[in-house]
Amino acid sequence: MTAEEKYVAAAYLVVFLFVLVYVVIMAAKLSRLGREVAELVELVRGGRRDEHPDAGPERERREVGVG
Amino acid sequence: MSTWSRNSPLTAFAVLATALLGIATALVFFYAPVDQDGLNQKIFYFHVPIALTSYACFGFGALKAFLHLWKRTPGADLESYVAVHQGVMFGAMTLVTGSIWAKVRWGHWWVWGDEQLVLFLVLFLFYCAYFMLRYSVEPGLQRANVCAVYALFGVVLIPISFMAIRLAKSYIHPTVFTSSGPQMAGSQFLTFCVCLAAMLGLGYFLYRFELASKRLDANVKELRTHLA
Repeated sequence: MTAEEKYVAAAYLVVFLFVLVYVVIMAAKLSRLGREVAELVELVRGGRRDEHPDAGPERERREVGVG
Repeated sequence: MSTWSRNSPLTAFAVLATALLGIATALVFFYAPVDQDGLNQKIFYFHVPIALTSYACFGFGALKAFLHLWKRTPGADLESYVAVHQGVMFGAMTLVTGSIWAKVRWGHWWVWGDEQLVLFLVLFLFYCAYFMLRYSVEPGLQRANVCAVYALFGVVLIPISFMAIRLAKSYIHPTVFTSSGPQMAGSQFLTFCVCLAAMLGLGYFLYRFELASKRLDANVKELRTHLA
């Protein structure tokens, strides 16, 4: 591999790595947000259970609109 | 447009951007001829579209900033911020790929005497400072207004940066697009156009991806506040 070929490969690799790192960061963020949403759903379900102790899990799932 | 692409436009944009990037890379290495400049000219096909995408992102950010100031369009501040963020990311890629190309072509990583390089660096640093400004002001209307004005000022640098090479008396930066059209073969121009479409597609997908994530983040924060 000549020096020129190495530089061209490096330029394309840099672009690929930039985009890859960015997508990985964004995916990690979305994963964190997914966990937070699940946590909030649990919080809402817990609150409703306190308000309506007779409400079953199936009814809660319908009310929250998950699943 | 199919039902699938209507229901998940983000996935459709991702697939389109990836396909275009694949086609562009294949054209660069298997279709476009190697000209008298040598193999290093292949960097041009990604470097220039990345720089143009960066300009487009800054321009779009300024447009959204203008809409925020003029019409108070809801969400325009966030859209402006995400566009500027994309512009900075593409700007960083422009500087790195340009620097590698400069090393092959001129034997230097950076040439301070070249107006276009320096002006692009100024534009890049100007928009980097946007984030310092944004995160030094409390969130709210005041921050949105200040950031919008800053983003609008920055857009003035874009035509200056673009025209610098054409206005300069002495330069070493190659000029491919002149008033008499593109100075390259038809196959090279076609490859360049596909690369430009691929980069704009990638930029738009990343913009939509980040915007969706930021909106979701804001909604989760708001929900958390209400539930607290």
